[in-house]
Amino acid sequence: MNAALARFVSSRLFWPIVMLLVLFLINVVAFPGFFTITVRDGNLYGSLIDILRNGAPTLIIAVGMTLVIATRGIDLSVGAVCAISGAVACSILLGASDPAHPGTVAVAVLTAIAVGLVCGLWNGFLVSVFGIQPIIATLILMTAGRGIAMLITEGQILTVNSPPFKVLGAGFWFGIPVAVYLGVFVFVIAAVLTRRTALGMLIESVGINPEASRQAGVRARVLLFAVYTFCALCAAVAGLILTANTMAADANNTGLFIELDAILAVVIGGTSLAGGRYSLTGTLIGALVIQTLVTTVYTVGIPPIATMVFKAAVVTVVCLLQSPTTTEAFGSFRKRLALRSGKGVAAA
Amino acid sequence: MTEPTRPPAPADHPEPVVEMTDISISFPGVKALDAVSFRMFPGEVHSLMGENGAGKSTLIKALTGVYPIDTGTILLGGTSVQFHTTAQAQDAGISTVYQEVNLLPNLSVAENIMLGREPRRFGGIDVRRMKGQAAEVLAGLGLDVDPGALLGSHSLAIQQLIAIARAINVDARVLILDEPTSSLDADEVAELFRIIRALKESGVAILFVSHFLDQVYEIADRLTVLRNGRLVGEYLTPDLLRIDLVQKMIGKEIATLEDLEQRVREDAAAGDATVFLRARGLGRKGAVAPLDLTVHEGEVIGFAGLLGSGRTEIARLLGGVDRADSGELTVRGEAHRLRTPRQALSARIAYSSENRRTEGIVDELTVRDNIILALQSDRGWLRPIPKKRQQELAESYIQALNIRPANPDALVRNLSGGNQQKVLLARWLAVAPRLLILDEPTRGIDIGAKAEIQKLVVSLAENGMSVVYISAELEEVLRLSHRVVVMRDREMVADLPNDDLTVDSLLALIAEGDQTELPGHESGERA
Repeated sequence: MNAALARFVSSRLFWPIVMLLVLFLINVVAFPGFFTITVRDGNLYGSLIDILRNGAPTLIIAVGMTLVIATRGIDLSVGAVCAISGAVACSILLGASDPAHPGTVAVAVLTAIAVGLVCGLWNGFLVSVFGIQPIIATLILMTAGRGIAMLITEGQILTVNSPPFKVLGAGFWFGIPVAVYLGVFVFVIAAVLTRRTALGMLIESVGINPEASRQAGVRARVLLFAVYTFCALCAAVAGLILTANTMAADANNTGLFIELDAILAVVIGGTSLAGGRYSLTGTLIGALVIQTLVTTVYTVGIPPIATMVFKAAVVTVVCLLQSPTTTEAFGSFRKRLALRSGKGVAAA
Repeated sequence: MTEPTRPPAPADHPEPVVEMTDISISFPGVKALDAVSFRMFPGEVHSLMGENGAGKSTLIKALTGVYPIDTGTILLGGTSVQFHTTAQAQDAGISTVYQEVNLLPNLSVAENIMLGREPRRFGGIDVRRMKGQAAEVLAGLGLDVDPGALLGSHSLAIQQLIAIARAINVDARVLILDEPTSSLDADEVAELFRIIRALKESGVAILFVSHFLDQVYEIADRLTVLRNGRLVGEYLTPDLLRIDLVQKMIGKEIATLEDLEQRVREDAAAGDATVFLRARGLGRKGAVAPLDLTVHEGEVIGFAGLLGSGRTEIARLLGGVDRADSGELTVRGEAHRLRTPRQALSARIAYSSENRRTEGIVDELTVRDNIILALQSDRGWLRPIPKKRQQELAESYIQALNIRPANPDALVRNLSGGNQQKVLLARWLAVAPRLLILDEPTRGIDIGAKAEIQKLVVSLAENGMSVVYISAELEEVLRLSHRVVVMRDREMVADLPNDDLTVDSLLALIAEGDQTELPGHESGERA
């Protein structure tokens, strides 16, 4: 039992989980009904459900971002891709004679995802074929993407009225929000694709030592294409959820700063920005931490103008806890504890 | 453990400058050092001897503050110290030059030498004075290097000497040289030894770690032998016969490498093997002049030459790591283009780079992942090697190559250099190549592992695999090769059967070339 506890304490997921629990605790103290889940019209409601539903877009993008970061890359363009995907879907719905027809919605959704795919191929092309540094390569689409979305919406905020489309963002299936299903779906797809195949190991290998991987015959170029494309697909799906939730495509504001939340979720989850080993579970917890933080702001009653500063403070604490210095100090503390309580633990 | 007897301290410096007592360090799953004691006297060269994983590097890192010690004490000049960073150790007068060059190739030579203690002026760096001081240090070492040039533009050997210049530049009481000579040629080694002797005269205590026994016996006054993380003993160099030293290091009778030579000879007599690879006019501008090469099945070809002679460059062309810009190549009679390592691997040619750390191992992955990496990428990501098969592969290679620790889940980062090399070999063997190109597979690793790798090469060739063997150690090349290709100044100067070659005749070829051996080559050039 003690050994299992020691392993948990030393695992990379320890601090993110502690952080999440602390945030839960703060929320319960400030708002005793935090854990309460009520059933209305057969659907589940409550703060936890809200966190899961509102956190889904961030989680979905963070999953894609995790794989990109594992290859030593980064994708700054995800927020812009969200905006493009929402704009494409809404403009198709607006142009259709019957926006509420399921077939029209399917066309809109699939087209938006296809456009996301093209965005990802573009990023992958710049990074893997031209060898442009990922931060620069994706900065291009980050800037241009909102402009493209603006062209698609012709500078307007496109408001649509399509109940089947709205389901993506605000609907329920079997009592659980559809967005949560989508989040789980993307997470499971990524986990199965990378951990049930050799993809994850190859991605990590390229992230740790690209030249050694190349010499071992790893097709780094194809892998880079794949991760940037997957990341953009994730962004397109997230963009659809965000747009469907408000039923409006806003080129300027859909998915604004979501790239930063996604990167934070990955980092909080313990995946290093230097590439290499990654943890999708860590990213999941990281995304929940970020979304719980947003909720905490409301329950604790922090004024909206202080929200950003509060968020930054919490993120700072998490990063400090995970820093090598803290890890080392904590490690030697544990060692001393173990020595005091008998040498057996130290040997194990 | 009984305390081994210690030889007396030197007469003129009776007090040790470094005294490490009962040092123990554990890593997850490994006891790297077990109650090891070690001392150094001023004005003495002390060699730390032991196989890979014996604990040499760990002991050095304990002294220099890289690793915290679990138990034991370190006295420096009589006072107890415990360093938490290398900077603290350096400030206390302990300077280290590590096995692999640890400098910044994108900075100038002067910046590298003076890094962290640049002369200041108006809050900025006084570039002119920095260059001047660096030039003085270089001149003091008799090195003709432009301090303003980028470090990366120099060869590995020069970089190594610059690393030493950097270490000497600090007022060091203790200078640690970890495998400083592994990439130096004979003249450079002599130069280094001149510097070491001068420093010794001035009272510096020098820790010299090398796998070259000749060099150890030439320069070291005192030896400390480690084995499997334990202290074997401390000896004065003149009192310990070489054969005894080697036995203390590996703890068993040495497998005689002469047997290998005999096996190679007998095998060569068989002859008339089929051609595996034939290259015509293969070359790359700025790397290696066009040359012809034939590799037979089951043949070991040694490439000899100095650093930068083209021996590595031609191997990289064969391995698809660099692209040839001239010539053609057939593998088993079929024309092949080896434009990427992947293409070479699919032609069943594997190249094991000389840069183990930067181009070989993937250090944050496990031993198992490193072993299966090439095989897995050949199968493609959609067809993962089943977990059970991965485990079997890893375990069988760990056993066959005697990889320590014998744990497939250990991170390769935590292995010693020799064991990393074995993991790399296992990766290439796992793809069952028909031609294995080994570039300096024994550099910076101990005698035991060297012998194991050489034995492996011979038995692989006996089973029909072709091997290209590149090494700066000519004895190895001569011992293993059926044929020797000599490179000089980016050209092939000889391609000879290994009948009556000796180290001396090979040295003569490397130094002078011998045109009479290659009339075709010469006339080809004139045409």
